[in-house]
Amino acid sequence: MCDSCGCGDSDIVPVAVHERILANNERAARHNREHFHDHHVSVINLMGSPGAGKTAVLEATARTLGPSKKLGVLVGDLATDNDARRVRAAGIAAEAITTGSACHLDADMVHKGLHRLAWRDLDILFIENVGNLVCPAVYDLGQDVNVVALSVTEGEDKPLKYPTIFRKADLVLLTKIDLLPVLSDISVARIQENLSLVMPKPLMIPVSATTGRGIDRWVQWLSDIRPLPHAHHHGHSHAHGHEHAHTHTHG
Amino acid sequence: MHEYSIVQAMFDQIEAQARERHAIAVKRVYVRIGRSAGVDVPLLKTAYDTFRVRTICDTAPLDVEEVPEKWTCPAGHGDIPAGRPLTCPDCGRPARMASGDEIVLERLELEVP
Repeated sequence: MCDSCGCGDSDIVPVAVHERILANNERAARHNREHFHDHHVSVINLMGSPGAGKTAVLEATARTLGPSKKLGVLVGDLATDNDARRVRAAGIAAEAITTGSACHLDADMVHKGLHRLAWRDLDILFIENVGNLVCPAVYDLGQDVNVVALSVTEGEDKPLKYPTIFRKADLVLLTKIDLLPVLSDISVARIQENLSLVMPKPLMIPVSATTGRGIDRWVQWLSDIRPLPHAHHHGHSHAHGHEHAHTHTHG
Repeated sequence: MHEYSIVQAMFDQIEAQARERHAIAVKRVYVRIGRSAGVDVPLLKTAYDTFRVRTICDTAPLDVEEVPEKWTCPAGHGDIPAGRPLTCPDCGRPARMASGDEIVLERLELEVP
């Protein structure tokens, strides 16, 4: 009611909200993270373009780490569970999260996916996100670390074109390095330079799932992940021991 | 196209605010979006215009304040200039993002009886 004359007109009132729009997702992610920590499961959010080699990296990881660690994968895909089947064939427990038209996973989808996977006994859970360099960067899933797979065929300036996802990466896996000999215009050093413009800790490990090169270093990095305690955690953790590691150019 | 799911989450928040204050309508929506938040502002506006039809926001324009990306030395050696590696040139520490990551529903104007 209008207070000045009592005419019955409505009032316009300003309301300060100051609320993060994805607060609900962040709450769900915190919930996932508490579950993961309670069961001592390290969780990796693996992101990258379609075709960057995310699934191939997981297959190579299974070959190296499968015998000593219990690995599991939640695979996000728009349709089909082909990737989940590939990973299962490599000997890792895997479940598909089919997103329909959604271009990314969110914390709630991961939570529902967990109900279908025996994740509590795992040492490492990989969440293979939907192939996309834009949307997945925005959603915390409850992971300990973000890893972005970037293949050498995607071009040196990919980090500059999609800075947000690389900024949030704890590690960039430079994949398909077995192809470098035939890519005369691609310099690994320039990719590393571009990463340093968008990542405060520009850690990159070059790997080839085909030859196995670099997989040992990746697997070591995985084994060094130490989740931070629940409190004050904002979606980032640190793999200790490799902060000052440098990559080497090949060829 | 996660802008649609961001708008969906924003509508849930707006509706909760409107319900709490028994609002008849929302007259204006203000959001702050960081330039490096991973949100495309024109797409966000398109998504908002698609969603708001026949909702409490039907006549509410969306005001977007874009927040520039800013990086700073965590030990207080000042800001890192744009286009430079994200480590402090003085002490070599990894830079800290001071702004540019915001996706925030800042304020509303509500019509109340």
